[in-house]
Amino acid sequence: MTALKLLHPLIALAAAPLLPGVINRTKALFAGRTGQPVLQLYYDLWKLLRKGAVYSRSTTWIFRLGPMIGISVALLALTILPFGGLPAAIRFEGDLILFAYLFGLARFFTIVMALDTGSSFEGMGAAREATFSTLCEPALLIGLAAITKYTGSVSLSQMFSSLRFSDWGQAGPAFILVGSALLIVFLTENSRMPIDDPNTHLELTMIHEVMILDHSGPDLALILYAAALKLWLLGTLLIGIVVPVHSGHPALDVLIAVLCMALLAVLVGIIESSMARIRLLHVPALLIGATTLSVLALVLTAR
Amino acid sequence: MNNIADTIMIFLVLTNLALLGVSRLGTCIRIVALQGAVLGLLPLVSSGGHVEWHLYFFSAVVVGFKGMVFPWLLRRTLKEVKAQREIEPFIGYGTSIALGTAVFVLCMWLSSRLPLPKEPPSMLIVPVAFFTIMSGLFLIISRKKALTQVLGYLVMENGIYTFGAAIVERQPVLVELGILLDVFVAVFVMGIAMFHIHREFDHIDTDQLSRLRT
Repeated sequence: MTALKLLHPLIALAAAPLLPGVINRTKALFAGRTGQPVLQLYYDLWKLLRKGAVYSRSTTWIFRLGPMIGISVALLALTILPFGGLPAAIRFEGDLILFAYLFGLARFFTIVMALDTGSSFEGMGAAREATFSTLCEPALLIGLAAITKYTGSVSLSQMFSSLRFSDWGQAGPAFILVGSALLIVFLTENSRMPIDDPNTHLELTMIHEVMILDHSGPDLALILYAAALKLWLLGTLLIGIVVPVHSGHPALDVLIAVLCMALLAVLVGIIESSMARIRLLHVPALLIGATTLSVLALVLTAR
Repeated sequence: MNNIADTIMIFLVLTNLALLGVSRLGTCIRIVALQGAVLGLLPLVSSGGHVEWHLYFFSAVVVGFKGMVFPWLLRRTLKEVKAQREIEPFIGYGTSIALGTAVFVLCMWLSSRLPLPKEPPSMLIVPVAFFTIMSGLFLIISRKKALTQVLGYLVMENGIYTFGAAIVERQPVLVELGILLDVFVAVFVMGIAMFHIHREFDHIDTDQLSRLRT
């Protein structure tokens, strides 16, 4: 049983860097290129881990602490999130609030370490990240509250295991609303296309990328790995709610969940290839829209 | 919530909220057209299985008017007055959406206190009808362009239509067609009025019209 509980963290640790690879491959396919290998992030991480780190004289210990906090938070979140039919290693009442605020903690340290460098570009990115994530949080929490209200459980494990496909017939509209809100949260939190462009090379337009400009070597590797894990975590949350598969076979459930993750990555790739980045000024409207969808879902389920 | 009527109601709420957050007038017209067309299907759904031929006829007329004729008239006016977007509304788009959500919650509460003569086909119909009327009213008072205000008027009419579908067992077709004709004439006249305002003053911002007499 203990081994089964550790299975999801192990799968996630091994497979999370695949997601950015799949996204990049999809984008390359749309652009008519061959694109980088699917395993590119593994090569990058391996390369970065063998390098030394350079620290600016103006930085303090906060700058070095940031990446470690980021990765530990991701590891902690992995232990409370069930995946497919696999149970979470730790479960307790209200762990979904811990889940949401673990990301808050990681974000706080990312912002603080960006400010710590004293670079004005990084300060700009930090300000944007703070603004957007503040608007993102109500969408995530109210969306989760809607599902909580529907299933009557305040624990992620219980919530996931009590959802069935038949719920779609009963509360289909609410599920579609929560699903869309969580997709927007997923894209925002992972700094994906309509909100942030992961490929941009201009500091003025970056949000997430600009905050890690001064990191190098193993620190950068930790940040990239934590970002991949975050993609995996929020993706798991999304597909756990939208695709509640309970076939009875644990192995089959895991297989389907992994497949859904791959499909989600392809979907993100398609969104990134077919949409332009929206203007920074219009991002808050989108996020308020996501919150509205969540509120609607909550009102529908609370009726 | 289990039937198609509920889905139509949710769609109505989403179109209302989209209207509150969109600045392009062309997109606004398209959203109102979509809303009207989907509303036209409501009598078919809410009659509960037994559908008579005159309901089909009525549905087709409503979809035709609200989904095609009104948007066509408004788009023609839009082309003439050369206004592309609402520049500075009295209340911003983000705030509008947030207020809209709050009003929707209020409508839910309000309708839960309201005794109804009979069970409506969907429990959402009454709150959504209220919300649609409110958002139409909100569009009229918070936007400056005359065209957006006409759209607000149409949305309000949609809300009243929805409310009628909830309350009345079967409306006489003659009355419904009469209302539709009235709305048609209203949109027609408002289009002409907008054209004249534009020709006289080179804009259709209604907040500046209040200074006419001075």
